[in-house]
Amino acid sequence: MSAQLPILQLLFPLIAAPICSLLHNRNAAWLLSALATWASLATAIGLYYQTANGAELIYEVGGWPPPWGISVNIDSLNALVLLLITGMASVLVVAFPASLTIQWLGSRARLYYTAYLLCFASLIGITITGDAFNVFVFLEISSLSTYALVAMGRDRRAQLAAFRYLIMGTVGATFILISVGLLYMATGTLNMADLAERIPALHDSTVVRAAFGFFIVGAGVKVAMFPMHFWLPSAYSFAPSIASAFLAATATKVAVYVMLRFIFGVFGAELFFDVLALDQVFLALAVVGIVVGSLAALYQDDIKAVLAYSSVAQLSYMVLGIAVGTASGLTAAVVHIFNHGLIKAALFIVLAGIFVRFQCTRLSDLAGLGKFAPWTVGAFGVGAMSLIGIPGTAGFISKWYLLLSVLEHAWWFVALVIIASSLLALAYMWRVIDALWLKEPSQLVTERGREAPLRMLIPAWVLALANFFFGIDTTVTLGAAGRAVASLLGVSA
Amino acid sequence: MIDKPISMKSNPILRGVTSITLGPILLFAWYVQWHGDYGPGGGFQAGVIFAAAIIAYALIYGLDRAQRFIPPKSAEIGVMAGWLLYIGTGVISMLLGANFLDYDVLASDPLHGQHYGILAVELGVGITVAAVMIVLFYAFAGRRHR
Repeated sequence: MSAQLPILQLLFPLIAAPICSLLHNRNAAWLLSALATWASLATAIGLYYQTANGAELIYEVGGWPPPWGISVNIDSLNALVLLLITGMASVLVVAFPASLTIQWLGSRARLYYTAYLLCFASLIGITITGDAFNVFVFLEISSLSTYALVAMGRDRRAQLAAFRYLIMGTVGATFILISVGLLYMATGTLNMADLAERIPALHDSTVVRAAFGFFIVGAGVKVAMFPMHFWLPSAYSFAPSIASAFLAATATKVAVYVMLRFIFGVFGAELFFDVLALDQVFLALAVVGIVVGSLAALYQDDIKAVLAYSSVAQLSYMVLGIAVGTASGLTAAVVHIFNHGLIKAALFIVLAGIFVRFQCTRLSDLAGLGKFAPWTVGAFGVGAMSLIGIPGTAGFISKWYLLLSVLEHAWWFVALVIIASSLLALAYMWRVIDALWLKEPSQLVTERGREAPLRMLIPAWVLALANFFFGIDTTVTLGAAGRAVASLLGVSA
Repeated sequence: MIDKPISMKSNPILRGVTSITLGPILLFAWYVQWHGDYGPGGGFQAGVIFAAAIIAYALIYGLDRAQRFIPPKSAEIGVMAGWLLYIGTGVISMLLGANFLDYDVLASDPLHGQHYGILAVELGVGITVAAVMIVLFYAFAGRRHR
């Protein structure tokens, strides 16, 4: 049975989704989604231990061996990403029934759960597959279900945000498809491992270079890399808070994973760094993205928008880690994928809880909430500490390693940008904490100030405490990231 | 003319052509479905052809009559049934001790196993594609009635 684990975690949500859409009882639909999510988590934990010795599991779908058949490949890198996706989903799924969207939808909530399960399944699919075309297919499934998740926000603007995301996401996915098509034209294969073997001989091929360009732009849209980030703030701000939490913790992280996998596991580091010198482009875009994202976060009134712009900056950290390209830089990027997922899940779930009580997340309306809801605002404070990177939290670990890797190159300017952006993060999070905790309570807060519902408060604190746990005990994150990077660089060497 | 929706039902040519071709179209859908392993075709194309026949029927004879033939609820269940048939085939091969979607074990010899497996999977694709197209058409066509 353990040989079937790689495919099983995809199958749980994939089987649960259609059944869920037929369950008219809201609670039954939730229970099925939760069970499928937790089963996937259990499988991901099993896979993590199976790959803990650095082994790579290869599962042949349909019994056809790669490169002819489609394979599922699990190594240390995607085992860690899987742990993040399934772990975050397992905690967040607890909070779904308390969310207002689910309550408004009534018996149609089953469709929302179905969209969630599909998104969850496809994110797992993107992560585990060893086939370049499959990545595109699952990317499309995840995008389509994400549009549905985003569009269900209470506001009409959610639909506009979803539509903007649809336009950008479709362009991005099409670019990735063109890239995969060009690769197939140049090499005659779609299997990632097979592609990695054939591409080094084709470094001068215009087709392969064009494929790389299309891929970078397409994946850049999905990652929300700096000039292609415009969809992210509006999508995260107007989506239902619970969906924002899920997407912020998983979707963009999976996109960063795809970028890592294709650059190092398909196109090869040599093409990226030595032949095309794309690391310079990534470096420039990451630096600008960090500064612009942090500055924009400073001027938002909606707390969700603050977090969304901060995500743009934080995703740029990961891009920066890729640009550094050394073992330590990539380790920082991989660890930040995990830690930032943890941070944003904690912060967004608190906002989801606040939204249930006040139907708004505007800073000006929520002044002084801390006096009425110390636990809710406290969980937000812990998440904020981790986002800023205070020692002892998960956020500190990844920023510290990123800083060290940049200093290895003696890129003083970039190191300064990292420190400056941490100060900016302190500033924009302090604005929020100051308003929530220290200001005089607003009229709305005095009238309706209460703690968030327990179903959201408990997941929020679980995630907040996880930030401390992974800030102190780094064996899981740094260990897996170290092994992952070793295998990534091994493949490309 | 403008304030009253124009019914294509009143056009004898459209009605006559539809009533003659509807049966052959549905039959052709089945042919494409089952002949997919020997020639061009398969579940996706068959599903589209089948749904096209239903949509043509709805356009000419009205949404209500089409929905009496295939109720919206059945179409919705069809989406899920085809999907589950596909995954179910894969799960059965897993329960029989092979990998997901490995059809070799579905019959006593791999050749027949592959044959049955691909038929089941393609049927699943056909049902889901037809049902999705019908559900989408119903959703758009039904907006006026709300």
